[in-house]
Amino acid sequence: MAGNKERLFVKGNEAIAMGALAAGCRCFFGYPITPQNDIPEFMSKYLVEAGGQFVQAESEVAAANMLLGAGACGVRAMTSSSSPGLSLKQEAISYMAGSEIPAVIVNMNRGGPGLGDIGPSQGDYFQSTRGGGHGDYRLLVLAPSSAQEAYDMTFDAFDLAFASRNPVLILGDAIIGQMKEPITPREPKAVDPAEGGDWRLIGAPKSGPDKREHRIIKSLFLNDGELAGQNMKLQAKYEAWKKLAACETFEVNDAELVVVAYGSIGRIAKNAVRNLRAKGKKVGLLRPKTLYPFPEKALEKLAKAGKRFLTIEHNLGQMVEDVRLSVRHYADSELFCVYPGNMPSPDDFEAPILRALGRK
Amino acid sequence: MSKANTTVAPSGEELVFTRPASLVDRPTHYCPGCHHGIAHRLVAELLDEMGVIENTIAVASIGCSVFLYNYIDADGVESPHGRAPAVATGVKRARPDKFVFTYQGDGDLASIGMAEIIHAANRGERISVVFINNTVYGMTGGQMAPTTLIGQKTTTCPAGRCLEREGAPIRMAEIIAHLGGTAFCARGSLDSVKNIRQAKKYMRQAFEVQAKGFGFGFVELLSGCPTNWRMTPVAANKRIADEMIPYFPLGVYRDVVADGTCGSMVAGGE
Ligand SMILES: Cc1ncc(C[n+]2csc(CCOP(=O)(O)OP(=O)(O)O)c2C)c(N)n1
Ligand code: SF4
Ligand SMILES: [Mg+2]
Repeated sequence: MAGNKERLFVKGNEAIAMGALAAGCRCFFGYPITPQNDIPEFMSKYLVEAGGQFVQAESEVAAANMLLGAGACGVRAMTSSSSPGLSLKQEAISYMAGSEIPAVIVNMNRGGPGLGDIGPSQGDYFQSTRGGGHGDYRLLVLAPSSAQEAYDMTFDAFDLAFASRNPVLILGDAIIGQMKEPITPREPKAVDPAEGGDWRLIGAPKSGPDKREHRIIKSLFLNDGELAGQNMKLQAKYEAWKKLAACETFEVNDAELVVVAYGSIGRIAKNAVRNLRAKGKKVGLLRPKTLYPFPEKALEKLAKAGKRFLTIEHNLGQMVEDVRLSVRHYADSELFCVYPGNMPSPDDFEAPILRALGRK
Repeated sequence: MSKANTTVAPSGEELVFTRPASLVDRPTHYCPGCHHGIAHRLVAELLDEMGVIENTIAVASIGCSVFLYNYIDADGVESPHGRAPAVATGVKRARPDKFVFTYQGDGDLASIGMAEIIHAANRGERISVVFINNTVYGMTGGQMAPTTLIGQKTTTCPAGRCLEREGAPIRMAEIIAHLGGTAFCARGSLDSVKNIRQAKKYMRQAFEVQAKGFGFGFVELLSGCPTNWRMTPVAANKRIADEMIPYFPLGVYRDVVADGTCGSMVAGGE
């Protein structure tokens, strides 16, 4: 593996796998699906060489449940997949959220619905940010727009998952996964062997200094009031996450129109904004880096300052709902959709941005 | 009963039958005559006798025995319906030094969880599985299970299971025995004292192949569900003997220790 100062030229998928290894991931459970296959392929070699466990599961259902088991033991573990596979993982993700098991889950979003295609898409925004499976729960959702960010976000995702005892989702797409770019790896993390010590399953000593009651990790709460209590606890956790909301802003200060876009589309939109700035147009960009919690305060502040908004996304209009909710006291957001199945370039965004800028 | 359960009472008399230390002292939620209680006790006795309770992680499944973790005094995790072998795989891979077992019903293991049990066995995961075959979905009110016998009436086959319509009852021990990673596989029954004693021996072997690193251990236990069979506990025991055992023959279906093939399994293992 690379030392810390070295620059590496890798695919986004490989950057994710490397970020996980450097973060101390010890178990990986996968199942083949395009466009994320580089991740399990990388792990099957390098994680195993590093003494970790790689299992190619019989399905995404099984992979997610293996993740649940490893996470319950307090071990850093990960799974990755793409959209149809994420649909299959949802039951286990709901159980993990309900029983507060930390884990890292990667979705390299492809076109849908159904089998869709293997190209990029942001069609899984709702599934990712609304929980995805059954019941009231949320995931921390991180959205990288480069290989470096994919590496860094994956590296940090394990700390976030353990700090909050919750699954963390990395939401990329086929562009992020397949694009090759230089990255600077970080110093590998020395994971505290006592991590998760106050809740993880490791066997219950019946005598000696470590003697304790047996622990149960579960999401079933049948006694009167018990489930309500658990849900209040989860809700308080999600509220506390609000301070983790993060975004990149670009040329927003004097902008009349702020484009809101995330992930690969955020990166392409940034180029469109840069090109329009060169033509003297007062446009800017806000790119959410966390999709849950959503950077609503940053958006509200811009709305209060009188900006107008255009949301651009690679779906039929999903994140725009969160943008509109964030700015609702002062403004609205227009919407430009790139339909999954199409691959946009910065030029494609100039006309819709200018249209929105011109409409006062 | 075993040595581990023999203690001396304050009166000086020798107690020959007590609650195993690994069984939590709490009222059971199981119906009168239910065999889950017997199976739990056997699990607890074995954890005591093998001395592994402090090193055990139990994986509970979805069914009447979802509360397994309330009764077995070990660390435990709850699994989604049918997925216990996958959860146990994750546990064992994360903590290879732990003793890991699942405890699953027939709806859980032989229907919704068929893929997970087959592949965990085939990979030779070093886990043990206790499979409770009571020929119904007990917890949800007695619906047809994959193991429901031909002609048996349930709430979703009210006219009786019909071969042409619902297919034949699945014999899991026979299937699991043929998979490459299975080190021990047997079917016992909980209908009589004699069979319970034999069942415990099978369970011990299914546990020991894991502890020794030989591979996957599986034991099927024919069990009564008097409530959903609409029978008295005594009639339920008789049904097991008269109807279930003829279709689900008792015995060992694979034993790599007896075969002398366990060495090759260890070599081909982790
Ligand atoms: C995904 C899912 N489907 C269905 C159920 C409902 N359910 C709970 S227990 C059960 C059947 C359990 O039957 P079995 O495994 O035979 O166990 P028993 O109660 O007979 O011991 C079902 C279908 C569920 N909890 N989750
Ligand atoms: S319903 Fe059947 S399996 Fe469930 S506790 Fe009652 S007797 Fe046992
Ligand atoms: Mg059953």
